[in-house]
Parts: sequence; C-alpha cells; structure tokens
Amino acid sequence: MSSTSSQRAVYARIRSNPRFAELVSKRQGFATLLSVIVLTIFYGFFMVVAFTPKVIGQRLSEGSYVTVGIAAELFMFIFFWVLTAVYVKRANGEFDDITSEIVRDASKEVK
Amino acid sequence: MLARLNVLLLGLLAPALAFAGDAISATEKQPLNLHAIGMFVVFVGMTLGITKWAAGRTKSAADFYTAGGGITGFQNGLAIAGDYMSAATLLGLTAMVYAKGVDGYIYMIAFFAGWPIILFLMAERLRNLGKFTFADITSYRLNQSKVRTMAAVSSLTVVCFYLVAQMVGAGQLIKLLFGLDYTIALFVVGALMMVYVTFGGMVATTWVQIIKACMLLAGGTLVMILAMSQFGFSFENLMTKAISVHSLGEKILFPGSLLPDPVTALSLGLGLMFGTAGLPHILMRFFTVTNAKEARKSVLYASGFVAYFFNVILLMGFAAIIIVGQNPEFFEGGNIGGKIIGGGNMVAMHLAKAVGGNLLLGFLSAVAFATILAVVSGLALAGAASISHDIYARVLRKGKATETEELRVSKLSSIGLGIVAIILGIAFEKMNVAFMVALAFGIAASANFPVLILSMYWKGLTTRGAVVGGYSGLVAAVLFVLLSKSVWVTVLGNAQALFPYDQPALFSMPLAFLVTIIISKLDNSAEAQAERAQFDDQYVRAQTGFGAAEASAH
Repeated sequence: MSSTSSQRAVYARIRSNPRFAELVSKRQGFATLLSVIVLTIFYGFFMVVAFTPKVIGQRLSEGSYVTVGIAAELFMFIFFWVLTAVYVKRANGEFDDITSEIVRDASKEVK
Repeated sequence: MLARLNVLLLGLLAPALAFAGDAISATEKQPLNLHAIGMFVVFVGMTLGITKWAAGRTKSAADFYTAGGGITGFQNGLAIAGDYMSAATLLGLTAMVYAKGVDGYIYMIAFFAGWPIILFLMAERLRNLGKFTFADITSYRLNQSKVRTMAAVSSLTVVCFYLVAQMVGAGQLIKLLFGLDYTIALFVVGALMMVYVTFGGMVATTWVQIIKACMLLAGGTLVMILAMSQFGFSFENLMTKAISVHSLGEKILFPGSLLPDPVTALSLGLGLMFGTAGLPHILMRFFTVTNAKEARKSVLYASGFVAYFFNVILLMGFAAIIIVGQNPEFFEGGNIGGKIIGGGNMVAMHLAKAVGGNLLLGFLSAVAFATILAVVSGLALAGAASISHDIYARVLRKGKATETEELRVSKLSSIGLGIVAIILGIAFEKMNVAFMVALAFGIAASANFPVLILSMYWKGLTTRGAVVGGYSGLVAAVLFVLLSKSVWVTVLGNAQALFPYDQPALFSMPLAFLVTIIISKLDNSAEAQAERAQFDDQYVRAQTGFGAAEASAH
C-alpha cells in the first residue's frame, strides 16, 4: 500500500509541524497514563485475589453483604468505563481539533 | 474442572463457544420446544429481510468487507458488544456465579478490562491504517506477499478452529434447547450463515449482530428484574438468602478454586486480553466505521453494554442460587442439590422458566441460537476476507484483480467456509473440542497480535522479522496446546501431558515478540532499510488519519 507523491509531501509537512509533535506527545502521554492506571488497579486487584483472598470477602460494614471484592469490582466496572469516556471525549474533541488543523495546514501548503 | 472452566471462560470474549466443553458431556435431546422455535423463526425472518435489504446495498468490495465504512460508532458498539456477549457469556457465567459465587465476578472483570486498553493503545491506529483486513496494517510498509500470506495463514487457522468449536457447541446447544437433531442443527446454522454472508456481506452480518445484542440485553434484563422482584429488589435480602441455602455458604463471597496458581491466572489473562486484540473478526469491526472518532465511540458503547450486562449476570447468578437451586423441578429425579437437568450451563434457562414461564424460556433460547448464528457469520466473513482480499487479490493476483473478481472469490470463500464448517462440525461431534478455543486464542495472541502491535509502534520491524516471528508464534501456540493436557491426554489418550498448562499465551506470546525483534534487528538488507524508512509516513497516517480509507458514499 504505497502512498502517492503528493501524499508523501503532505506527510513530510505534517512531520515538520511542531504542532504534530505536540499532538503526538500529548495524546500518547494521556493514553499511556490511562493504560497505566487501568493496569495497575486491575493487576493490583488480582494480586490481592491471588495472595490475600481473605480480604476480598470482608464485609464493608457489619450486617451488610457488600464485600470488599464486590465493591472493588463494581468500582472497576464503573471507573474503567468512565476513563474510557474521558479518553473518547478528549481525543474526539481537543486532539481531533488539533489533528484536523494540522492536516488542513499541510494540505493547503501543498496546493 | 479447572481446565474446563478456563476453556469455558475463554469462549466468552470470543463468543459462543465456551459451552463446547461442557455441553458435550451434558446434552440429551430434549422434547421439541415450540415457543423457542416460533421465536427463532421470527428472528430468522427478520434477519433474512435485512439480508435482502443489505444485498441491495452490497455492491463494492468495501460494502462487502466493511459495510462501506459507513457504520456509526453506536451501531458498531452494539455489534462489538454482540460479538462479546455470547451465548457462553449468558449461560457459562450465570452458571459460574451460581456454582462458585464471587469467582464468576472476578472473571467478568478480567474479560472487561481488555477493552479500555484496546481503546487507549489500538483503536485509533487500527482505523487509520486498516482497510479490509488487519493484514492491511501489518503489510503496510512490508513485503505484501510474504506478510499477507503469513497473516492469512494464521487468521484462517484461528477462524477454522473457532468455527469448528462453534459448530460443535451450536449443535449440542440447539439439540438441548430446541430438541432438534444435531446434524439438522448444523445444516440450519451453516445454511443461514452462508445466506447472510454471501448476500448481505458486512452490512447484514453487522445488523444480525446488532439485533441479537438488543435481544440479549433485553432478555437478560427482563429475567434479572423478574428475579430481583422476588427479593424486593434488595441486594442484602438476596445475599442473605443465597448464603443461607448455598452449599458453600459464606465461601461464595471469597475467591475459590478458579485461580489456583499465578501461572495459570496470568497466562489466561494474557491470552484473553491480547487474544481479543488479535482475533481477525473483532479487528475487522474497526474498519466498518467512518473514522477514528467513530472507532473510539464504538469501544465506549461496546464496553458500556458489556459492563452493564456482566452486572446483570451477577444478579441472575445469585438469584438462581435460590430460585433454581431450591426448586426440585430443575433437578434430575427432583433431587435438590443433585444433577441439574441439561447440565450446569442450563441454570440461566431454568431461571428464565422459573420467573417468566415457557414464553420467556423460549425467548432466551431463541436469543442463544441467534447469538451462535451471528458469531459464525462474523467468523466466516473474516475468513473469506483473508482468502479473497489477502491471498487472492494481493498475493496471487498482485493487486491486479478487478473488484468484481475479488468479490466473486470472497462469496465463493464464504460458501466454502460454510461447507467446511458443517463437515468438520459433523466429524468432530463426538470429540472434545474444548482445546480448539484455547488454540484459537493462543494463536491470535501469539501470531497476530505481536506482529500487529509492533507494526504500529516499532519502526525497526522488517519483513523478515515479522514473518519469522509470526510463524514461530503460530507454531509455538499450536505445539504447546498439542502437548497440553487437553489434547495430549484427553484427545490422544497419552498418560501425561508434556506441557503442563492448558493456556499457551504466557509462553508463546513473549517468544513471538522476542523472535520478531531479534530477527528484525539482525536484518540489514536493503529492503529492511527501505521498510524502516517508510515508517515515518505510516506513523503520520496512524496519528492523523490522513490518507486513511474513507467511507464510501451511499
């Protein structure tokens, strides 16, 4: 799948635009941060399951069946989904605005 | 038991197969279930109508493979959720919560947690670089013939094992739920699949998946609400009763026998998370949306539906402990605590019958059948795309095939895959095919995923590295599963497994990465230099979507 020479010219212009480097580092940094949060919480939870399973079944309060495990998992379902929403909102808004600006500039200069 | 549960769980992501292992031992032909058949006929009528409509819109190759790239994020989200929430999710996970309590919930979070990662690291690049198959991405700057052949071989291996496992599971489940003969069930599934895919392509396949996802969400929610109404919608009330009657008592609140050693847990987790990210029919869904924006939205919607449904299943499982577990009607010989009629996977169905009568049972059975159909259709389409787009159009014809020729080959391939699926399904009826699911995931995680992610992120990747690494991942995954207990002992009848774990991913995936990286680094040929030089342009396209395949106008 090779690109045409005019496409290659646009790619070169995009690359030399400092806004592109800014976009990439911002977005990649954000995505990496969120991934690290998800993986840390998730594998942290799994470590507890593997090594101190007793904690999982502990009740949050006397006479309630909401345990640490159930509460933590419900929290993960909601929190991970919220992070997904946060990423989509920022990527589809802020990041995509910069992207279309960069692409527009680069395409304009070529013509 | 553990191996069986692992396999059961494995099937979840990758729809509908999971019950293969369990269903086999448990199925006995049931009396004809007229409610279920009636509702299923309505579903089939509806989907055939959609296929007819879709056929009118399926003219170009883009229409056939990716619905012209015109699916919205919301629609695609539902379709992905449909791929994810299989009959196995409904039946297998309800049964697991019923039998093991909170263990089932721990598994559900493991299935869910892969999605945010796919969104953060892959969704956007997949959409910006891909067109019809994921090999479009891996071969973007590498040698087309070699890399596409490798990708097609591993994709087809995944698709075939998966299809066979699906077909055998489908035949068993349908026999159980509908009282239809195994062979007849296979022909019904195979024939409908061929009709959907051949005539309606991705448009029909997506809509079948969407309808089915809605039915599943509605059916599950209804059963959950009816069940919870018996406990005054109080979680405390439900849990007090469940703990008092469950044979494990308070232990259902603690992690149990499902995660015995760290290696098994880790290998399973890796295989699930990265296997999903290497399944050809799941990856293909990212090419059906208009742009990266919609690709991201589809993950948002899909993971929302999945998270919701998993929590519904948790409540269904706990409620079933009391409603099904204390009702002699659902046990063989009326013996409470004995063998459940139809096997453990039937708990969800029994719950539906207990709270909503034969009508709700029929509805849920029809949903299960619809699920199987939708999943095999997606698989067949992905397999057909590998044959026609990668092998035929790019490798054999070197990109010189006309669109009409490519389309004809893809339709013939779908029919061929349907026939192969039926024949193999019949051939494997009596065999334990559980290992095929592990194999499909293992290969996806070890052959497809490493090359795919490296092609998107690593400039140093070369053709030689990708091809050698991809094939070693493929061979290693196949070999490890072959030597594991589920094939070496269970199928081949040897005394002792040569490879101690049922899940290959923890070993075969790092191996594939390692080989790919080392061979690429050692590769200093002129082609390799040229390939590295092209990464920069690919990188800009991956990040900005400039030059990405666009939606065809309708």
